[in-house]
Amino acid sequence: MATVKVCGIETEYGIHVPGGDGNPITASSLLVNAYATQADRRTGWDFEDETPANDARGFSREGTMAPVVETHLANTVLTNGARYYVDHAHPEYSSPECADPLTCVLYDKAGEEVLRRSMRAAAQLFPDAPTPVVYKNNSDGKGNSYGCHENYLMDRDVPFTKVAAAIVPHFVTRQLYAGAGKVGAETPALDRDRVHFQISQRAEFFEEVIGLETTLKRPIVNTRDEPHADPRRFRRLHVIVGDANLSEIATFLKIGTTSLVLSMVEDDVAPSRDLTPADPVRAMHEVSTDLSLERPITMADGSTATALGIQWELYTAARKYADHFGLACLGNEHVAEQVLERWEHVLHGLEQDPASLDHELDWVAKRKLVEAYRERHGCGWSDGRLAALDLQYHDLRPERSLYARLGLERLVDDESVVRAVTVPPAETRAWFRGQCLTRWPDAVVTANWDSLVFDLGTDPLRRVPMMDPLRGTAAHTQALLDASATPAQLLEKLSA
Amino acid sequence: MTEREWKRKSAPARTETEVADDAPATSERGDKIKAELDDLMDEIDEVLEDNAEEFVRNYVQKGGQ
Repeated sequence: MATVKVCGIETEYGIHVPGGDGNPITASSLLVNAYATQADRRTGWDFEDETPANDARGFSREGTMAPVVETHLANTVLTNGARYYVDHAHPEYSSPECADPLTCVLYDKAGEEVLRRSMRAAAQLFPDAPTPVVYKNNSDGKGNSYGCHENYLMDRDVPFTKVAAAIVPHFVTRQLYAGAGKVGAETPALDRDRVHFQISQRAEFFEEVIGLETTLKRPIVNTRDEPHADPRRFRRLHVIVGDANLSEIATFLKIGTTSLVLSMVEDDVAPSRDLTPADPVRAMHEVSTDLSLERPITMADGSTATALGIQWELYTAARKYADHFGLACLGNEHVAEQVLERWEHVLHGLEQDPASLDHELDWVAKRKLVEAYRERHGCGWSDGRLAALDLQYHDLRPERSLYARLGLERLVDDESVVRAVTVPPAETRAWFRGQCLTRWPDAVVTANWDSLVFDLGTDPLRRVPMMDPLRGTAAHTQALLDASATPAQLLEKLSA
Repeated sequence: MTEREWKRKSAPARTETEVADDAPATSERGDKIKAELDDLMDEIDEVLEDNAEEFVRNYVQKGGQ
């Protein structure tokens, strides 16, 4: 049986200081530190087990990767189990591990709230300085991109080459509903004079089919092999191909459909035909720029298919898979059924009338906005106001966010989001991490995905490993935590 | 599909699914959608960054992952 697709989303936010040409690393640090100060959260991140240069194809490139800019000063672990830090001159929120796609949406939205609170905290700390503004998008329109990465827990026994081959058709075409939309084009891959609006923010930045890089020559399938869990049992598929979504439906589908396709690979279930495009990178660019949704893609076997046709094949295979294997692989069968229903619904909508999804999908909502604005003001595509609309769709400030004004359908309510800012998800090890940080913030000196380090003031530092993402849940640890008045008692019970 | 086609394609499909056979209701709904879009555009004219060109020019990011 497929491994439960424990998942999470890491978002690098765009950052802009109005009226200033400030250093983005300083501005990002200001936000993270302002939030940490306000929340009195000072537990740092532990880099002990980070191995971003390990390649899932079986080799290591330690020493050959470009140096990563890490600001150790602005690097915190939140009580909801998330990591909040500065990465590559952007504030980044990495959600806690979630056991199902709907919980993943909730903790992604909690991340937006963390960033909003950070802006407010910075404004309070430095009332006379311009407050940095954050944008949940993936590019500046000038050829610079920053990522929104997904992570999926997988069974180590499934060969990586098999996973990579099976997921490519999905990654090329899922932008039909997971794209965040973009005015214009900005890389040499596309003709800027002819491309006025794209389905995806990120697609044109991809240049390879498979590889280890994340910042240059970006590959559709990223081979980073860093499981953050027991490496003999698990793999973590690190997905760099997606757009950052504001639409909850888009995030839900992005995570849900990908989890289903990956589970099918683990259970050795394939679609009824080979869905691999002859040139996946080119196909990905073409899907993003084909607003008719009708352009045929040349397939590896010489036939042709549309992106929608490929998605229908994947959906049909997933439905059949669910009938035979059940849906426990998505952590929650009821939620998984919602994924399948919504998937079918949006494919029908895209087929019949994409504009009918303007309250569900980011790119459709943004397109409606841009078209209505063009009509009212009679502006051409090169008009700066259209690019401004695009950027401002992603502005996280409630009074400025154009996304918020379009009233897209929600899957989680505000009250749950506010709770998720501080309370970890109950169904993964994030529960144990977050609860320990809530109860004993002074005793937990560092934390990372697969361990916590305690300082009890007497012994040497004590590391508690958490090598299985599905252990350390509320069900596993709540009684233990409640029975421990101090961290010393907790560690005593754990080693007993 | 050109922008014009996008509008043309979307409009009839929507009225078809939303409305039974009485024409007044159709135009009422169409008017409502149009009015909502107009309100939205009014709002956006108010909140869109002043000097959009400059805002867009100054929005420059360092590349990330």
